[in-house]
Amino acid sequence: MSVTAQQGTKWWSGGRSPFNASYGKVMMWYFLMSDAFTFGAFLISYGTIRFSVNHWADPNQVFNAFPLAGHANLPLAFVSLMTFILIASSVTMVLAVHEGHKMNKKGVEKYMLWTILGGIAFLSCQAWEWTHMITGDHAVLVDGQIQSWGTTVTHNPWGPAASHEELAKLGVAAGQHVTTPGPIAFGGYFFGITGFHGFHVFSGVIINLVMYIKTKLGHFDQRGHYEMIEKAGLYWHFVDLVWVFVFLCFYLI
Amino acid sequence: MSSSPHDLSNEVTFHPEHASGTGKIWKTFWLLSILTIVELGLGYFLYFKQGQISPGLVLLTKVVIGILTLAKAYYIVSIFMHLGDEIRNLIMTIVVPLCLFIWFIAAFLWDGNSWKTLRNRYNRIEPKTEQVAPAVKAPEHH
Repeated sequence: MSVTAQQGTKWWSGGRSPFNASYGKVMMWYFLMSDAFTFGAFLISYGTIRFSVNHWADPNQVFNAFPLAGHANLPLAFVSLMTFILIASSVTMVLAVHEGHKMNKKGVEKYMLWTILGGIAFLSCQAWEWTHMITGDHAVLVDGQIQSWGTTVTHNPWGPAASHEELAKLGVAAGQHVTTPGPIAFGGYFFGITGFHGFHVFSGVIINLVMYIKTKLGHFDQRGHYEMIEKAGLYWHFVDLVWVFVFLCFYLI
Repeated sequence: MSSSPHDLSNEVTFHPEHASGTGKIWKTFWLLSILTIVELGLGYFLYFKQGQISPGLVLLTKVVIGILTLAKAYYIVSIFMHLGDEIRNLIMTIVVPLCLFIWFIAAFLWDGNSWKTLRNRYNRIEPKTEQVAPAVKAPEHH
């Protein structure tokens, strides 16, 4: 906290802060804690359903595409890029907070811009991934017929492979990869949880934009401290923190 | 009155945070990057050794990846979010409630697994349950 309090400031209107931190910062922590429970509930629900079925989509099969790489099989590659983008934007955020402690307006502006750029880059990656998932065609054996499915909240083409006998009956060439429908919950959980996280990234970008503009207008210099940057930073790091767990639950294991 | 212990304590007055160097930040960045790369390495290990390694080793690898993720979470929260610099009571009001997750995860995953077992036993989704079939034929020997 770069706040130098005047004597007699009523922090919690009781006149003191039991945690030696400002009201806004403490409440931001409690908000983030409640948000952690929300994300935790989603992820645990996903885990419960995943544990309750015999077959679940193999992330290495589902997430193996990279922009402009055509049909190359690159498991984990794109999501690693997204992870590093978010870690890097977390670093620029903490550097912005650092410049704020030094009351260096130009430094805060610079690092806030980098953080915003990182957030936009991450959202663009997610937009590409979603589009790829929804529009990607996969041959699925449904009621004795081959259908072409993308991954949506109502269609999951990532079930177990179709049996050779049934495919032979339909006259499908031996080498062609045909699956059966997988548990319908997959799309709902994937789009629901990454979407909820993406929405947090989006609101984080908006918050950071507001902070950038307020810095530019000199509001924090007038106020005498850059604590708002710290609070926005807490939110932004939390978004990174959640991604670490989404990355673990959806892509790694 | 003005010399009561409350006035003497520094609780009301926040100390301006001295801007120390950025060395700690960059160190944490590299640490997070290395942890992520190790996780990816383990992920690729699971991918390339698919079907060749025992389910026990797969589970162990996944547990190790989970522990590395918790380490990353610790560094993000403690260094980037500066929670490590807050006073202990604030840390505790945040960390202690989060311990509920230990029970949430254990209970719900256990439940999910139990549904699978029950469904496989009574809904006969999987051919695994066919082991009961020979018992039906047994009376014919009489």
